[in-house]
Amino acid sequence: MEGRALSLCRERRMTLEYFLSDQQKTLKGLARQMAEQRILPVRAELDEREEFPWDLIKEMASSDLLRVFIPEEYEGLGGGCFDLCLVVEELSRVCGGIAISYAANALGVLPLILYGSDAQKQKYLPPVASGSRLAAFAVTEATAGSDASAIRTSARREGSEYVLNGTKQFITNGGEAEIYTVVVMTDAAKGSRGASALVVEKGTPGFTFGKKEKKMGIRSSATRELVFKDCRVPAENLISREGMGFIVAMRTLDRSRPGVGAQALGIAQGALEAAAEYAQQRVQFGHPISAIQAVQHMLANMATELEAARALVYATARTIDAGAKNFTEESAMAKLFASDMAMRVTTDAVQILGGAGYMRDYPVEKMMRDAKITQIYEGSNQVIRNAIGLEVLKRKAKQE
Amino acid sequence: MSADAIGDIWVVTEQRDGQTKAASYALLAKARKLADESQSKVAAVCLSQGVKDADQLMAFGADKVYLVDGPAADGWNDDVYAGELADLARRETPGVILATSGSLGSSVIPRVAVALGTGMAANCISLDFDPQSRMLVQTRPAFGGSLMANVIFPSKKPQVATVRPHAFKKGEANPSRQGQMIRVDLDKQSVTSKTKLLNVVKDLTERVRLDEAEIVVCGGRGLGKAENFAIVAELAEVLGAALGTSRPPVDDGWIPYSHQVGQTGSTVSPKLYIACGVAGSPQHLAGMQTSEIIVAVNEDPKAPIFEVATYGMVGDLFKIVPLLTKKLREARG
Amino acid sequence: MNVIVCIKQVPAKIKIEIDPKTGTLASGGVDRAINPPDLYALEEGLRIKEKTKGKVTVLTVGPVKADESLKEAIGYGADEAILLSDPAFEGSDTWATSHILSKAIKKLGQFDLVLCGKQSIDGETGQVGPMLAGVLGIPFVSLVNKMEELGQGSIKVMRMSDEGHQLIEMALPGVITVVKEINIPRIPSLRGLMAAKKAKIPVWNAQELGIDPATVGSAGSPTRVSKVFFPQRPGKSEMLHGSPESQVEQIMEKLRQVKAI
Repeated sequence: MEGRALSLCRERRMTLEYFLSDQQKTLKGLARQMAEQRILPVRAELDEREEFPWDLIKEMASSDLLRVFIPEEYEGLGGGCFDLCLVVEELSRVCGGIAISYAANALGVLPLILYGSDAQKQKYLPPVASGSRLAAFAVTEATAGSDASAIRTSARREGSEYVLNGTKQFITNGGEAEIYTVVVMTDAAKGSRGASALVVEKGTPGFTFGKKEKKMGIRSSATRELVFKDCRVPAENLISREGMGFIVAMRTLDRSRPGVGAQALGIAQGALEAAAEYAQQRVQFGHPISAIQAVQHMLANMATELEAARALVYATARTIDAGAKNFTEESAMAKLFASDMAMRVTTDAVQILGGAGYMRDYPVEKMMRDAKITQIYEGSNQVIRNAIGLEVLKRKAKQE
Repeated sequence: MSADAIGDIWVVTEQRDGQTKAASYALLAKARKLADESQSKVAAVCLSQGVKDADQLMAFGADKVYLVDGPAADGWNDDVYAGELADLARRETPGVILATSGSLGSSVIPRVAVALGTGMAANCISLDFDPQSRMLVQTRPAFGGSLMANVIFPSKKPQVATVRPHAFKKGEANPSRQGQMIRVDLDKQSVTSKTKLLNVVKDLTERVRLDEAEIVVCGGRGLGKAENFAIVAELAEVLGAALGTSRPPVDDGWIPYSHQVGQTGSTVSPKLYIACGVAGSPQHLAGMQTSEIIVAVNEDPKAPIFEVATYGMVGDLFKIVPLLTKKLREARG
Repeated sequence: MNVIVCIKQVPAKIKIEIDPKTGTLASGGVDRAINPPDLYALEEGLRIKEKTKGKVTVLTVGPVKADESLKEAIGYGADEAILLSDPAFEGSDTWATSHILSKAIKKLGQFDLVLCGKQSIDGETGQVGPMLAGVLGIPFVSLVNKMEELGQGSIKVMRMSDEGHQLIEMALPGVITVVKEINIPRIPSLRGLMAAKKAKIPVWNAQELGIDPATVGSAGSPTRVSKVFFPQRPGKSEMLHGSPESQVEQIMEKLRQVKAI
């Protein structure tokens, strides 16, 4: 029970050997220790009360977990995509809601890390690394979900400022974060080439939040509208150049989708473990239900799919870290496969627990509720399939 | 006394409100037996002032009673007790010093041992005299009670040991026993202390003297919520038992840590231990598995507690425990 | 404040096997960990260090492999960790262990406070803390569940007693043992864990500590374990079946028979 991060990483054998480096093993062990010792005791309550996990964020900050995704030059530990996936997976195994609060924070600073100026990075990254400020990424609007190019929030240039008007919808960490990387239309006439990304800080006059959404799952995560009304933002908050907005967004999501995949992996892993344990304890017809072949087959399918999803997510994350230039397709596949798998696995886990699985006293119904969103955000799986399909055809076309 | 005698056997007794505790009497009885086997004498040592039953100590087995009226005042000063006892032992050179495990046993006795240049065996559950080696064999549990170890003192004297409160039973009084009552006045300057008692908070009831209780009733996670501890507390009350808990209820804030039994809580070894809704994790078992009789109530037939229980009941504790309480109350009349 | 924390490396699980041939513990291959009660002492030491801008040094007496636990302590934030190890120390009882620790503490020089956990999960004597105080000739308070005040030459602590709690003032330097209630141990930081991996743990042997091997280890310890054995448990549990009413009746009968009630 008492933590031994070093020996924990030695202990935990994954089903497949992924040859993690010492550093990665330490990172994974620490994330697991955090999850089991701090998150596990409060996950049900935070879900029930829909309470943002500020205490846990502070704890994760003290353990340097928030430094993982920040480059070294900006007080981070310079971890890559794979490192982030390892952490998100371990946190998700215990609670998807808290894991997304962590992951959305990483997503929020990713546009700055990829396209920000040195001055912007100096200003915004260290406070996130230390955990004193959180970040969020905002594209979605009421009229623009899968159809991101339909965004209407405008940013009119006036002297040395941009004036923002519009509303962003369903923003994770909305209201809790202080640093928002927002994609807005700076030149509607140019269509998809008329969008830009900028940083807006909480407290800027004209920037308020809508009510907190009541969600099916990841209830401890805060989801709110961002409301801009003649909100004046300094011109130096522009990330990269005007017109780069959708490129910034697409590249950011290409890099963050494996993280969603990792979230799905973790949730599924937690569900599989809960189901397997229950099956061994639940006695019916004089035997534990784990003796029933139907149950064994369910567990076998769950475990196999989970392992396959893990292999895909890890391979994608490592490809990105190795410096690949184009990974849109792989990244989309990792997210697609893992999220669909997580939905199936968590549903089966509830089924294995039966009546008990339906009760909120047991953890699996929450896992199922949490898993659903992974099929929807950062690109709904339908739009993701579109993207993959097009890439496949592009390749085919190139060959001919 | 023969040349290879074991030497005087001292029992450091403890009092509450002037009355010597039951565990001290029990230890005295054992000392008497050991002394008879080894042809030595027994001395009871009283470190607190105002001992009301000193003559009883004589009747229950002591050949000598040392009444130490030293500078220890204000109800507590382990530093001073340790110093006094060491001084006395240096003067009188006992062969064996015994005390009960507990606050005194763990704080004072080790320091006395060190001051006398000898070692100590803590929390013993039995003491035997080996006539061949003329040595005292002290048996104590280790590894959470999974293992027993026999400890001997090959050459150093005195042999010092603390004993679990319920290891032995109080003997028979022999009012005609003669002995010496020795008042010891230690030089008030010789023992100084660098610790001072500033305040006492008496916030524990009888209920929590886990160490000394003959019966302990314990609640676990199976109780479901804090309010349900009342069910277990009632059973404890009707049995005159101490109330214990496993760790999860403490972590969840249902009951204070002072009631916790287990690896990071108290270790108990009562005559009867009743576990209600306790799964029996290794950490919990470490704190209670040397209890004489263990009764477990749990709805999970696979609960590890059943591996150490003397009597096990698989069932709904919410039915069984209140019923048991009711029946016991009726029997009590 | 200059704080010293004494820890012990113990088996991670307490179910052990006895080698039937030698009659001693077959401890090879068992996972080792920092004695869980010591983690509370370490955490308290780190908090005192943070409050007083002081220093934490961790000591342990153990075999060569015990350095892993010391590295772990560094991972939590300890400034320095030293392993006290020598073949001559093997088989040391609590007196000898305290003696070895005291020599190391004297070698370290100035210190304000020594912190120990309540007891180890294997030996379970709880003796090293008080014995160490005795050997060093400094004051001792056990079962501390709260640090009330940290002063220059003294501290005020709350401790658990038979009747409840006591507020004690102790002059420094001194030794205290702490209970679990005192704090919630932190989770180490990544940078701490990275530093721990690279940490070099000095080893002090008998010679460096100025210890005569004849006074410690199996040879020199005042007490010796002459035998280890498994306790006799009264066979399998007797399970009482039936309705709750029947079960209650049965248990009452059983307990009456053995005069437990």
